[in-house]
Amino acid sequence: MNIYILIFSYLLLVLTIILSILAIHVKDLLAAVIFMGGGSLLVSLVFLLLQAPDVAMSEAAIGAALTMAIYIVAVKKTEREDNDD
Amino acid sequence: MIFYISALLIIGIGIYALIIKKNLIKIIIGLDLIETGINLLIVSIGYVNGKTAPIFSKDVMNASLMVDPVPQALTLTSIVIGASELALAAAFVVLLYRKYGTLDIRKIRSLRW
Amino acid sequence: MIRKIVYGVFILIIIAAIAIFMSNYKFGVDKMDVGKYYLDNTVPQTGAANVVTSVTLFYRGFDTLGEVTVLFTAALGVAVLYFMGENKRKQKLQESNFVTKIGTRVVFPFILLTGAYIFMHGHLTPGGGFQGGALIATGFLLLYLAYEETSIDRKKFYLVEGLGGLTYVIIGLLGFFMKGSFLANVLPNGTLFDLLSGGIMLPIYIGVGLKVGSELSNIIDDLMCEVKCEEAGGEE
Repeated sequence: MNIYILIFSYLLLVLTIILSILAIHVKDLLAAVIFMGGGSLLVSLVFLLLQAPDVAMSEAAIGAALTMAIYIVAVKKTEREDNDD
Repeated sequence: MIFYISALLIIGIGIYALIIKKNLIKIIIGLDLIETGINLLIVSIGYVNGKTAPIFSKDVMNASLMVDPVPQALTLTSIVIGASELALAAAFVVLLYRKYGTLDIRKIRSLRW
Repeated sequence: MIRKIVYGVFILIIIAAIAIFMSNYKFGVDKMDVGKYYLDNTVPQTGAANVVTSVTLFYRGFDTLGEVTVLFTAALGVAVLYFMGENKRKQKLQESNFVTKIGTRVVFPFILLTGAYIFMHGHLTPGGGFQGGALIATGFLLLYLAYEETSIDRKKFYLVEGLGGLTYVIIGLLGFFMKGSFLANVLPNGTLFDLLSGGIMLPIYIGVGLKVGSELSNIIDDLMCEVKCEEAGGEE
């Protein structure tokens, strides 16, 4: 891999890990869902850099967009606060 | 190498959420994280240094310059099935919330651990 | 506290096990066995330019039929679960703003067009039935978000879904009766890089795209209609 592409993919992976830690850590469930969707979008960019355009496309269309919609409807119909101690 | 390590880290975060968290939506998020990590792991196994995507075009007609297509085909299946499984899980969560009025698994009697 | 330590050790053991297994497979090194066969034989055997499509639809077509069945079962399960127990609570929906309404009206036809393009060119460019169908469903999601009174005609969507699934099975059975094996290639391969090439892949991906698009739109309709129907008094 080109060195710039390699540095860019390191950056994307570190951001993805930070976003997934945030997604399971925050108390607000809507914020958690949005962190999760952002993580999916970044992972789809990583798939593109790994020369898998088909997988990147389906992760962006299904993993980031439709999954987020399903989560948001579920959060809207239940409750927004995570009352974990 | 960093791809393997970060995929393993994402899987670890997912397993942590799956067994430590008590909120049902957080548990589904954990499942989704495990799925994402495993997809990343499988696709990065198929990557070969310096080769391009497995799609023939007028510029690239040489099959020895392409990465492995089999992990990508498997991951394609996995993503679609993951999304449908998630929709089913979300439907179950909404039904449980209607019945018990809470998302805390310690208060849902038949799911206590 | 002791519980968290035990869980941490458990997670570490799982991760270490996967890592030890993965240390046999170095990153970025050529380790293809079956992939090489697919790469070498895709163009002469199937006439498709996208090798991933030829693996999913031609060499492993039966797997994809199973995947479509799983998707169908999940959509059925969501529909059954959402209409099982109703608990009518009043929920106020926010009116969407002007920009969303006009923007949706401009963008929606182009989303449908892009989805159709993606699933029709699945054997030539990246993409295919699943991605194009998901894009079409995203267009319907946008429509639901912008206009409150949207509700799709469920009967027509079920019809499209059934026809898409039937296309797949009929092409499989044609191969069974004409060539002797399920999903055998019964159509000519054509010339490479033409739209009408790739044998049975084009009709199958059109069927799969329509089926996935209408199925995911039905799931979205289940979810969104439930939010709206609670306001309207719980009727479908």
